[in-house]
Amino acid sequence: MRYGFLIYESTRDFEARGSGPDHPYIAAWRAYHKALLAAGAYVGGAPLQDAGTATTVGIKDGQRRVQDGPFAETKEQLGGFMILELPTIDAALEWAARCPAAATGAVEVRPIDDPAHEAIVAP
Amino acid sequence: MNDAPGTVEVVARSSYGRLLAYLCSATRDVASAEDALGEALVSALASWPSDGIPKQPEAWLLTAARHRLVDQARRRRVREQHQESLRTLAAGSAAPVSNSDAFPDRRAELLFVCAHPVIDPALHTPLMLQTVLGLDAARIAQAFLVPPATMGQRLVRAKRKIRAAGIPFEIPPPHELAPRLEAVLEAIYAAYGIGSDEVAGVDPRREDLAGEAIWLARVVQQRMPDEPEVRGLLALMLFCDARRAARRTPDGRYVPLSEQDPAAWSMDAIREAEAELGAAAQMGRPGRFQLEAAIQSVHSERVQGGRTDWAAIVVFYEHLVALAPTLGARVAQAAAVAVAQGLTNGLALLDTIDLAAAATYQPYWAVRAHLLRNLGRTADAAEAYDRAIGLAVDPATRQFLLAERG
Repeated sequence: MRYGFLIYESTRDFEARGSGPDHPYIAAWRAYHKALLAAGAYVGGAPLQDAGTATTVGIKDGQRRVQDGPFAETKEQLGGFMILELPTIDAALEWAARCPAAATGAVEVRPIDDPAHEAIVAP
Repeated sequence: MNDAPGTVEVVARSSYGRLLAYLCSATRDVASAEDALGEALVSALASWPSDGIPKQPEAWLLTAARHRLVDQARRRRVREQHQESLRTLAAGSAAPVSNSDAFPDRRAELLFVCAHPVIDPALHTPLMLQTVLGLDAARIAQAFLVPPATMGQRLVRAKRKIRAAGIPFEIPPPHELAPRLEAVLEAIYAAYGIGSDEVAGVDPRREDLAGEAIWLARVVQQRMPDEPEVRGLLALMLFCDARRAARRTPDGRYVPLSEQDPAAWSMDAIREAEAELGAAAQMGRPGRFQLEAAIQSVHSERVQGGRTDWAAIVVFYEHLVALAPTLGARVAQAAAVAVAQGLTNGLALLDTIDLAAAATYQPYWAVRAHLLRNLGRTADAAEAYDRAIGLAVDPATRQFLLAERG
């Protein structure tokens, strides 16, 4: 099973990113990433720039709506995403708990929609 | 002033497990007994404020719950398999219940049912917490990192299986007792959660269930006072619980055992643990929980201002690993050997552990990192620290390891 992790981070987390590679924020993420690689769970992912850079696109009543900002305003922002390959939802929740953002923000876990994905990427 | 709601709460908390165990021991139907007891508690809340609190609140609840069970069974009478339990119940409900001593304590039997081999081992502990302690599925789910609805479904399925499989409500006969008792003790220990605070790998998820786990161990101990491993488990958990306050600084930072202030340990808990361990040792049947308790007993000697007798700890670990070579015991053994016989010997022992088994075992990496750092192997240590940090669930442990890594 592949699971998508939507990683919500606090303003402090975002600010810590610029503090250099030795900052605990980066060190914790580096360690978590290594542990995921070692466990063979990591498929992909990337940190995102802050929500101020987000643009949300939707179509309503046949009209394209482009909104400046993230889809939903919350105190925590979507800070990144990962796709992990794990045997069960229990294993996915275990890895979500180990994610540094779980302590400061939240991690939303969702199964990847494989049929939809295949339909989209099919030649 | 009428404190009926308060009384219902007190009776529910102190007697829930006893009442439930007794109710379902006749029918093996845990779910129906839970429903009946729940309804009895609701009607107590409704009638006690106006009618007054009965002299024997437990007996009142038991009678009310039994009547509801008979009603339930009547409603399902069409099904043949319920005839037997209906007759059993009808006979039982005719006998008046005078007070709480009049009905036998079947909680130990219920614990053996919860940890029966036909039940998924992952559900042994959740079942015990729900049936004997009355914890709700949401709180159990929290401790086991499972969504509440999922935990609820798993518990419902397990209870269905208890009934369908016809698991007997009994203390297993002597020839079956050893493995069955081990399963019960394992499940109680799993509720305790903290493997050992000798290693920076404490998982805080079940820290708030420690009191519940100790309570369950007491239930078994009272019923089976001549089983040394039961006393050993109780002693082990009491020794670890004695250090609860010393494990964190007031601002929540993690404090490893070697740096804890023994003055912050609970002397009452240590004294009780020593008494249990002493009584167990008298029986001359050593086991893994007694050995683990003995190791914690040596650590607790620091209370008297003495030094830790690491040579004794190493000997206990040798026996423990020979008896139960769990990953946790082997990692802790390597840590102890490193102190008693040198870092190189500790690391050599750690190297005998299969890497595949240890890949996601956080304490293994924490110990490895610590030994490599003290050996001056900085680059290897940093790698191991990264693995330990990446596998940490507890933010305080993560911060501690990040600081150690430097």
